[in-house]
Amino acid sequence: MASPILSISDAVKTYGDTHALNQVNLDVAEGEFLTLLGPSGSGKTTLLSAIAGFIKMDSGKLTLRAEDITNRPPEHRDFGMVFQGYALFPTMTVRENVAFPLKVRKKPSSEITKRVNEALEMVQMGAFADRMPSQLSGGQQQRIALARAMSFSPQVLLLDEPLSALDKKLRADLQWELKALHNQLGVTFIYVTHDQDEALSMSDRIIILKDGGIQQQGDPNTLYNRPRNKFVADFLGKSNFIDVTVKGQTNSTLHCTAQDVAFDVETDTTNTTGDTVKLALRPERLKLGAPNEEFLPAVVKQVSYLGERCQVIVTHKTLGEMLVSCPTWKTDITPVAGLTVSIGWEPDAPVVLADN
Amino acid sequence: MPRINEKVSYWMLVAPALAIMVIFYIVPVLGIWKIAFTEPETGVANFVAMAGSNAVKTSFIITFRVAAITTIGCLILGYIVAYAISNFASKFTPLMVALVILPFWVSVLIRSFSWIVLLGRSGIVNDTLKGAGLIDAPLRLMHNETGVLIAMIHVMLPFAILPMLTNMRGISGAYVQAARSLGASEWTAFRQVYFPQTMPGVMSGALLVFVLSLGFFVTPALLGGGRVLMISEYITYQIQEFLNWGLGSALSVALLIATALVLLIAARFVNLRSALLERK
Repeated sequence: MASPILSISDAVKTYGDTHALNQVNLDVAEGEFLTLLGPSGSGKTTLLSAIAGFIKMDSGKLTLRAEDITNRPPEHRDFGMVFQGYALFPTMTVRENVAFPLKVRKKPSSEITKRVNEALEMVQMGAFADRMPSQLSGGQQQRIALARAMSFSPQVLLLDEPLSALDKKLRADLQWELKALHNQLGVTFIYVTHDQDEALSMSDRIIILKDGGIQQQGDPNTLYNRPRNKFVADFLGKSNFIDVTVKGQTNSTLHCTAQDVAFDVETDTTNTTGDTVKLALRPERLKLGAPNEEFLPAVVKQVSYLGERCQVIVTHKTLGEMLVSCPTWKTDITPVAGLTVSIGWEPDAPVVLADN
Repeated sequence: MPRINEKVSYWMLVAPALAIMVIFYIVPVLGIWKIAFTEPETGVANFVAMAGSNAVKTSFIITFRVAAITTIGCLILGYIVAYAISNFASKFTPLMVALVILPFWVSVLIRSFSWIVLLGRSGIVNDTLKGAGLIDAPLRLMHNETGVLIAMIHVMLPFAILPMLTNMRGISGAYVQAARSLGASEWTAFRQVYFPQTMPGVMSGALLVFVLSLGFFVTPALLGGGRVLMISEYITYQIQEFLNWGLGSALSVALLIATALVLLIAARFVNLRSALLERK
């Protein structure tokens, strides 16, 4: 990475016995869309608050363009922030809200007017300038919050689950808009969410957090297809897990057995014969076929129709339950509960997890 | 079972309290109005006498002045307490709220007598100051407006704190954080973002304290020692000492109208419904 715009090193924050941040190290590249993803209590919001300056880290260092800002108060950090509940000031109009950061910076009024209009146009809310926030819908408030956080051209934009209060369809629309805005402005975004779809659809890079520590980081494609451990494989999308015994490895081909089933796996990891390793298998990489068409016989236990896809839980006599996700528009068989089928996968479908 | 109309069942729920209010409050108040216009003879003679009396005028001025100063004092002290409870004392919040409510469990009479013990010529305050060599002669801390104000502010303080506290606890910390992240200093964030949002609580506390203070009797009577004659004590004098029911009643009517005027004027500036009922 070229010299990072923002850098956090050895961040530690404890509340009583809980480690909200446990030795977190993170570099943020200029202009990147970085997402902090994790379940509640993973430390993602704590990390964002520490970056914003709302909480003081127990130890650790924060630098902005190589300048130490660990003890700088939030108002001098020059980060825009969008809050979960929007936090639009209810006693001010939309225009006054967006003008607020410019007013406290004592900008000339002509500049304020110009910048406020630009910011409102950017989010297509110019017509709403004289309304009160309470007169706007959730999605509109969200846009104003964004315009307000951007009106003073901050160096970094911090977003704390900004879409979580919106309904599903609006959320999807705003995801596209946020991403487009990011491309257009080139500002660094640090985005906190617990929603994996949001993280996958918008981010250049995702940091997965758990118990105050970074589990894995990378671009969405790498994280989804090459999860490092069970937590990541399970949190980002769905996975089937199979414990296998290593029987040997020839170059990149791993020979293994699970119970009485023997199969080969393509992998870039090196494994020791006799070890037990965990494999993660995405439901959409499993294939459902007529009996004996694929290599594992199974029985359909339950079917859930989702429109574009169909989720099927099948049972294998020794491997137990497996989740299969198949496209509904391309099926040779129609799965129903009790049907005898077979399942299988390509050798490169399973991922060998590095740890549990 | 026959279904009762929703409206009927609503009125049935309200009826007992409403009946008590009408029989024991509205009817006597109307009686007072009647006395004001009929004793000793029918007409507006009582009101003419009232308007011409310097003593009544002085009493009204004292009443409004004491109520106003009490209100301002309660707002300033109460705002600080409410702010501290809602913004800093997370662990001690229940204890602090309990301490605010605690005085309600002690009668106003007891609290006022306690102030006499504290503020008297050889009360605890004067003795302490004298013992410390800070004063030679005891300060006059009661039987004057100072004493009335000290005790009134103490008695009224919870009425100012509670509405402001309710209001402040409903204000998310995100607003001030947002203001800070947008570049406002702590003070600017408080003044421009937090304070305006607390105005409904301040207004409802102010109204409550002011209106209660206008008609307050026990504390001014005890701490004023007859020298700070607020209107309710003046009415008591008229009726108990001079058996002048007509003038006493006329004064009550005037106080009621004055209070109603205060509310009317306040209604022009604040939303009374939200200030007194919703407390948002």
